[in-house]
Amino acid sequence: MTDHLRYQLRVNGKERDVSAPAHKTLLDVLRDELHLTGTKECCAEGECGACTVHVQGEAVCACLVLAAEMPGHEITTIEGLAAERGLDPLQSAFVECGAVQCGFCIPGMIMSARALLNGNPRPTRDEVQDALSGNLCRCGGYSRIVDAVLRAGTPS
Amino acid sequence: MRPAALIDLKRVRELSGEIVQHDGLIRIGARVTMTTILGDAQIRRWFPALLEAAAVVGSIQIRNRATLVGNVCNASPAADTVPVLLVHGAVVNVAGRSADRQVPLSEFFVGPGRTVLQDGEFVTSLEVPIPSGSTGAAFGRLIRRRGVDLAIVNLCVLLEAGRPARFAFGAVAPTPIAGVDTTGTLDGTRDWTRAADEALRSILTATRPIDDVRGGRDYRAAMLPVLSKRAWQTARERLATASNGSAHD
Repeated sequence: MTDHLRYQLRVNGKERDVSAPAHKTLLDVLRDELHLTGTKECCAEGECGACTVHVQGEAVCACLVLAAEMPGHEITTIEGLAAERGLDPLQSAFVECGAVQCGFCIPGMIMSARALLNGNPRPTRDEVQDALSGNLCRCGGYSRIVDAVLRAGTPS
Repeated sequence: MRPAALIDLKRVRELSGEIVQHDGLIRIGARVTMTTILGDAQIRRWFPALLEAAAVVGSIQIRNRATLVGNVCNASPAADTVPVLLVHGAVVNVAGRSADRQVPLSEFFVGPGRTVLQDGEFVTSLEVPIPSGSTGAAFGRLIRRRGVDLAIVNLCVLLEAGRPARFAFGAVAPTPIAGVDTTGTLDGTRDWTRAADEALRSILTATRPIDDVRGGRDYRAAMLPVLSKRAWQTARERLATASNGSAHD
């Protein structure tokens, strides 16, 4: 398959071999080649944030970058967030606050919120809303989603 | 799709990812992202309106990848950063096969999505002159929802001691457009008067708003003077309290 590029991606701390056509997005490769289906495809044009992952610690829409741009970068997906002994405190807060309805937007919401909390551990409600403004929830569950991020950002 | 080569511009070493100051201007390399703009002390000091505009481009996820040069080259009539760059007299550095050239940003756009770039040419950086005296600038924008929206109208006003007021507008013509107050009425030294309404009206005659999914022609035309006046007032307050100093202090 001469039209395939071969490269390595560092995803959730592991080097993964990839062979994929040049036009494949990071989202395509995560889901179809590496079978990390926690990252969701929805609009595929950067509007909805369902595919949000971290690249070098920054929130990025996986649908808007080519996977072939990513060698040498540290990629973290929703699957890489939970430590071996349990959920990320942010994930627990989503469960405790009942912030998950259909659930489709939640991996993206959590990755955006995690990037916020990493840089700003005690955000205000306004800051949370701004940080999540690139993530759409079509169930309309924003209120509890914001509550959950605020809970995770509150000392227990 | 079988590309003969795939070039990742973000890895081209000759394209700068830095914002540097030299000879009285700020040079912003092609790989500088909106997020970098937002965190840069030089931009904050001399071009605070550029921060205001960069902060509303797309979402955080987009701003982490999108570049200022990319926003310019995309040539959207509604590009948020362009009115700010226009009032500040930005220049586009273009590299070509046989020669490099500089194009004033005011001559860079040809129409929606179209620029003066020819086959084989690409933009390496933008240069923005550092104001020589105190300035007050303000970015204004009309949108339907907070966050991740394209402007119905956007604009920037720049007041600079001893110079005529400069305006630039987006989403109200096939390209972003700039205007100067030649009457001196709007230079910020006196309050808003009926003469100021006239001066603004004269500047706005260059706009050509159309109906589209985001707003109607009449609505845009009605909002232009409202937003312009608001931004002018903010710019004037900022000029009065300006401590951004000159390029040569």
